[in-house]
Amino acid sequence: MIGQIITKRISSIKFSLLSPDEIRKMSATKIITADTYDDDGFPIDMGLMDPHLGVIEPGLRCKTCGRKADECPGHFGHIDLAMPVIHVGYVKELKKLLQSTCRTCGRLLLTREQAEDYTKQMARLEELGGDTIDVGLISKETAKDAASRTVCPHCGAVQLKITLDKPTTFREEGHKLTPKEVRERLERIPDEDLPPLGIDPDSARPEWMILTSLPVPPVAVRPSITLESGDRSEDDITHKLVDVLRINQRLRENRDAGAPQLIVEDLWELLQYHITTYFDNQTSGIPPARHRSGRPLKTLVQRLKGKEGRFRSNLSGKRVNFSARTVISPDPFLSINEVGVPEDAARELTVPLHVNDWNLQIAKELVIRGPKPPGKPYLPGVNYVLRNDGRRIKVTDKNAESVSEILEQGFIVERHLMDGDIVLFNRQPSLHRMSMMAHAVRVMDAKTFRFNLSVCPPYNADFDGDEMNLHVLQSDEARAEAKILMRVQEHILSPRFGGPVIGGIHDHITGVFLLTYKDSKFDEEEATHIMSRMDVDLPDPIEGIDGKKYWRGKDLFSMLLPNDIHMTFRASICQKCQECKREKCENDAFVVIRSGKLITGTIDEKAIGAFKGRILDKIARDYGPDSASSFLNSVTRMAIGAIGIRGFTTGINDEDIPMDAKAQIEEVLRLAMEKVNSYVSAYRHGELEQMPGRSLEETLEVEIMKELGKARDQAGHIAGRHLGMENSAVIMARCGARGSMLNLSQMAGCIGQQAVRGERLRRGYWNRTLPHFMKGDLGAEARGFVRSSYKSGLSPTEFFFHSMGGREGLVDTAVRTSRSGYMQRRLINALEDLKVMQDGSVQNTAGTIIQFRYGEDGIDPSRSVQGEPVDIDDIILDVLGEEGEDLAKVTEKGVVSYGIQDRDLLETPEDAESETEDSEFEEE
Amino acid sequence: MSEEFNVLEHELVPEHHLLSESEEKKALAELQLTKDQLPKIRISDPCVATLDQAVGPVEEGRIIKIVRRSPTSGVSVCHRLVIRG
Repeated sequence: MIGQIITKRISSIKFSLLSPDEIRKMSATKIITADTYDDDGFPIDMGLMDPHLGVIEPGLRCKTCGRKADECPGHFGHIDLAMPVIHVGYVKELKKLLQSTCRTCGRLLLTREQAEDYTKQMARLEELGGDTIDVGLISKETAKDAASRTVCPHCGAVQLKITLDKPTTFREEGHKLTPKEVRERLERIPDEDLPPLGIDPDSARPEWMILTSLPVPPVAVRPSITLESGDRSEDDITHKLVDVLRINQRLRENRDAGAPQLIVEDLWELLQYHITTYFDNQTSGIPPARHRSGRPLKTLVQRLKGKEGRFRSNLSGKRVNFSARTVISPDPFLSINEVGVPEDAARELTVPLHVNDWNLQIAKELVIRGPKPPGKPYLPGVNYVLRNDGRRIKVTDKNAESVSEILEQGFIVERHLMDGDIVLFNRQPSLHRMSMMAHAVRVMDAKTFRFNLSVCPPYNADFDGDEMNLHVLQSDEARAEAKILMRVQEHILSPRFGGPVIGGIHDHITGVFLLTYKDSKFDEEEATHIMSRMDVDLPDPIEGIDGKKYWRGKDLFSMLLPNDIHMTFRASICQKCQECKREKCENDAFVVIRSGKLITGTIDEKAIGAFKGRILDKIARDYGPDSASSFLNSVTRMAIGAIGIRGFTTGINDEDIPMDAKAQIEEVLRLAMEKVNSYVSAYRHGELEQMPGRSLEETLEVEIMKELGKARDQAGHIAGRHLGMENSAVIMARCGARGSMLNLSQMAGCIGQQAVRGERLRRGYWNRTLPHFMKGDLGAEARGFVRSSYKSGLSPTEFFFHSMGGREGLVDTAVRTSRSGYMQRRLINALEDLKVMQDGSVQNTAGTIIQFRYGEDGIDPSRSVQGEPVDIDDIILDVLGEEGEDLAKVTEKGVVSYGIQDRDLLETPEDAESETEDSEFEEE
Repeated sequence: MSEEFNVLEHELVPEHHLLSESEEKKALAELQLTKDQLPKIRISDPCVATLDQAVGPVEEGRIIKIVRRSPTSGVSVCHRLVIRG
């Protein structure tokens, strides 16, 4: 079907003006009547629907080229205008030209030397590789220089000031210039004076910017629609052309009949209006032309401009075949490289199979199965077969056998998707390259796309109704490229921060945490259950006190690690004690891995989590993507196995605290309130000590905020004392699976101060937030302090304040997304054609250098270590082993993440407010 | 300020060197580039103006070598072509 492939390169594109002669030359017919169809419904000759302009109804033949509707490309016609008219698209250039040339002799208002100097500058810049914008700037300068002259250096004529009355009227010292006069002036400009103004006289004589004949686009560009009632409905462009023709006709008649000048001028202006709106119906300064119904017409510029215009929606954004979209759901038993595809989709999506001697037998078998092979397991069939002559045969159950018999070399068999096919999988918004990755197909039951949960973070997907797209690759080359470059496992390390974007989330982290925390051990049944999901052996057991065999969770986990891996780092549960007890840590937070054995420490978010997983990072970097993907697959399965043995749930009663703790919190809050009140009265009596650099009011606010923040933290601590490691919510928060201790303290203890724009609430009524309070009340409750917890519930006023704080968060996210979206668009437009060349330099399509070395250091950020070229500590450890440890001090490297900060434990009061909610209001 | 401020001496401004004709040739040969492919620097750039005073006239079409310190690669060298403007 591809036919002959044309191997030619576009070396340059030149835009030029259409001269009236060219318009007439390319015209298939002159259009003179405003009528389109006669009474019998046939197009009128020399009308807007003249069959010389091409045909759109099937069966008819074009009168110009004699071809049928789908073969005829369409042909332009033309309208001869009775009087010349200005083209709105060129008014800026026209103004420039009129101002910079002499009104009598038409010469450029510069001396020969000056003009030559400017031309030389232009040539020089072009030679040095200046872009068109810079060259254009010179011509603008030339024009400005010339326009500032008041006397012509060639003929001595005094120049008058020319102004532009938007959109299309030129005035000379108030006197109106008709398009005809303008055209006469432009005709006088000699060819040699045009290059300094940036115009090539061979391709664009300035007088061509004044229209004397108007090209009429072929009917294919403005097809009429036949309604169900049999009525024809014409395209907006046709409507506009009818207007032009009608006025043009009246203008000609009036002019020829010698009508008064006033009438002719009025009609001329009307013609100008219609032609202006024919080009651009949103020209400022004139009312848009409207349809009978009052809807503004969509004319030429409107067709091209904007998001729904030809460029952005049809040329940059093409729709594709071989794609599918459906809801996504999780499947922890798929590899990270896989995607589960529903059978219905797999039968619709096809891969072309080129039949040759070697696969003829396979192809025949596929075709015999027909379009819907019955039974389980799923077997791929064939929808269509392409013959050598390009004909397409639809395979049905009836003809399957006969088609398979005629199969021969060169046929193309469009076979259904089957396990192992490489497809592209994508979720919008596609903000980074990990938004579109290559997966291997697994055809499955049900109707959703499924994938491993570890791949959620790069797509930013969840399963609350998200849909994703799938694209089937159609050529071997594309498949190979996708497999090498785009496969999920190649993207474990992100180019954004040089760490893993793909990794364990939620239950994976809780699971390995429960598996490896302290001395957790498992009996034979449990251990075999966990390990049965993976292709590794059981490690050596230990003997329990009861004499039975037990397996330590740490030993089970160690089976997944490469044998020669050494690591030392602190886990997420690390309390950041003043002095680290290292291996003897009572929280088991000091992770030591030697020769692939987990010796001490707990595996949690810091080890295997997305964005933070140190072990994952090291395996991906040192052992390659294959090992990393199988490690991830195993770890996630092991985690799910481990969590399943203990069982894991959380509910509102996880935030239950004893009565006396509640009383303590009440007491703390009461004291804080008193303190606040004492601050307020100190302020009222002028006894408050002013802080340096702050006003008295600010000092009061700061002190109150500090006091209330402290109170909230204390309440959190009191609550936290009663929430131990046996509590599921605490486990999740501490190991980094979900939530934070702050969240918990807000649920169990006290929610704390609500803020808008970082201040205590103040807006609402005059001098108070709500009518429930006294005017000018500066106390805690009156200014948005919420003393209740989420568990106990909020009072009506508290609820209102909480909503105020929450609203700000929502507005912020809404504003942020729209702004960053636009920023991204502009960035992409600027960078889309840049390319890293073989020598490491960055060049654009013109071959000019953007950077001499990529990033000025040639480092691929996805292969960097958190942005650094090498991980010195790691190398020291590798070379010196244990003794290097002090040298390479086990530092906590700043871990970058999606703006999600480490919110372990209780944080400072400042950022606590802004993080009251994690905004779980996401709806898809 | 009695003393003229020199941009090139500021710690945030990288080293700028004006290349001689032979150096230009060598640099272009090394990079396998033609002049028009180089990034540009305007003749009105304060650094160019300072160079112009310090090491003689700088015209359009000359090449300026810029050497930057980089935390990741030590030094990074780049060349810019002087253009009008």
